[in-house]
Amino acid sequence: MTATTAPDIRWTAVRAGFSRGWIETRQSFTEIANLIGYIAPVAAYLAVLLMLRGRTVPGTDFALGTMVLPSLLSMAIILGGLSGPTTGLVADREDGTLLRAKATPHGMLGYLIGKIVMFASTTMLGFIPILVVGNVLIDNLVLDLRAASLLALVFVAGMVSTVPLGVALGCIMKSTVQAMLVPLACALLVYPSGIFYPITALPTWLQWVGQTFPLYWVGLGARAAMLPPEMVAAEIGQSWRTVEMFAVLGAWAALGLLLAPILLRRMARRQSGSALAEVRERYLTKGY
Amino acid sequence: MDNRPKTPEFALDVRDLRMRYGSKDVLTGVTFAAQRGEVLALLGPNGAGKTTTIEILEGFRARSAGNVSVLGCDPAHGDEAWRARIGVVLQSWRDHRFWRVRELLAYSARFYAPFATAKVTRPWNVDELLDLVGLTKSANAKIVTLSGGQRRRLDVALGIVGRPEIVFFDEPTAGFDPHARRDFHDLIHRLADFDNTTILLTTHDLDEAEKIADRILVLDEGRIVADGSADQLARQLTTSAEVRWSADGQRHVHAVREGDPAEFVRDLLIKNPHVTDLEVRRASLEDTYMALVHRAESGTAHSASEQPRAISTQKTENPK
Repeated sequence: MTATTAPDIRWTAVRAGFSRGWIETRQSFTEIANLIGYIAPVAAYLAVLLMLRGRTVPGTDFALGTMVLPSLLSMAIILGGLSGPTTGLVADREDGTLLRAKATPHGMLGYLIGKIVMFASTTMLGFIPILVVGNVLIDNLVLDLRAASLLALVFVAGMVSTVPLGVALGCIMKSTVQAMLVPLACALLVYPSGIFYPITALPTWLQWVGQTFPLYWVGLGARAAMLPPEMVAAEIGQSWRTVEMFAVLGAWAALGLLLAPILLRRMARRQSGSALAEVRERYLTKGY
Repeated sequence: MDNRPKTPEFALDVRDLRMRYGSKDVLTGVTFAAQRGEVLALLGPNGAGKTTTIEILEGFRARSAGNVSVLGCDPAHGDEAWRARIGVVLQSWRDHRFWRVRELLAYSARFYAPFATAKVTRPWNVDELLDLVGLTKSANAKIVTLSGGQRRRLDVALGIVGRPEIVFFDEPTAGFDPHARRDFHDLIHRLADFDNTTILLTTHDLDEAEKIADRILVLDEGRIVADGSADQLARQLTTSAEVRWSADGQRHVHAVREGDPAEFVRDLLIKNPHVTDLEVRRASLEDTYMALVHRAESGTAHSASEQPRAISTQKTENPK
């Protein structure tokens, strides 16, 4: 029928997906709700710094605020990688964006590439204000080439371990209201994950809860990258446990990558015009 | 009107299509076909199975039984190359609200470029298409700011941007003002006549079906009860007739439900020699269709979605 080969056709969809990602990234910065999402971590961080003034990381002389900053980056990774795709996917399913993708040749491929580009770029852009504030207010932060490259690796591992999982969760959630549970769960995980205070100060059973989820490990990775070596004293086993970190994040990534395509296909199959009409009907009668 | 070239192959071929949700039969053996370049209207009351039928043809819904071929391919196993030849305009799109009109159309267009052939240039030129659907002025507007009618016209543009060989429209003119409706009808004719595009649209508006379609299929309770041009439909569907007459200073009306009213009239004239002003009136297609809609809506307590346009069919006992 045509001289164009299959890889060429897919490549067209991938390129379209990149342009989709940039368009949506740009849009996300013109929306008040999103801007608040980017500024809020900075505000939260400043508030935490004020509260932690004068306190040091147990076992060291370092300000506790120094430890908290890398952990905050890990929060940005987890929120961007997990709750972003979940809420985004549910919203896109309910308003017909996914069905539109399905009605377009290789549109789903374009859609997924677009989402990955958007979440990666908005999450990275969310780093900038935190790093700027950190650089101005915090001493003892390491920001050299080693820190940058380890941080980049942690970022990639964090995204790979959360985005597929977020997509899978988005497929399961039935409505935007349900999808809001994911950012809520992330917020609850902050405490056992040792974000604002060293995990070693927690009861052992809570330490185990924290170590089950990616948030702790991404935080540990970010601290390993950006903190001076002496601060390892506040970590479990006085070690950055880099190998374990990549292993746990890898396991979450494998789980997500296994589940996401299955659930996505199942959800896409169920998409139809009448399913959309039902959602619209629900909004009209119940209001959510 | 049949001077355009046609390939022998059917664009659409549906045989004994059945659909069952749980224990409820929604389609009970739908059979029809469409030639290339033909405009078909699937007409029927709410709940007749129009949307189910069109979703099966679009490849968005698995069927229970029957044979379906769209452009020579089973929609349940349609690949992306097949998808590129199909256009879909659904009832309720609310997607991409923060995108700009031209941005979304250009994005969607990109996917079709590799599917261009020597005969069909794909996709449609975006600016030309914007002009065609009357959205040139709104090209840089955010989609969320469009009016209902403008949004619908964008949906139509997105549905045809890949220059499909067949387009499915589900209730395309819902929310259109009369002017937009006429523009849409012109667009349908243009697609069918100049591009030889096959079109299947659903509507519950008989008037629209008559204006737009080469052929009307009336769907009722999950099966096709009539298939043909508006004239053919009138003969297939309208079996009832009304006999009116005056006698002893009074006006009488009698409805003949089935068969030839002549028998009743003959009988009447023999029994009553004082009959004057005798009038025999076949029910119009409109009357018949409205009766069908009325029965469908009173029979099943459906959710209060959009109602068909009310047509007054007054029956009076008094002479004019």
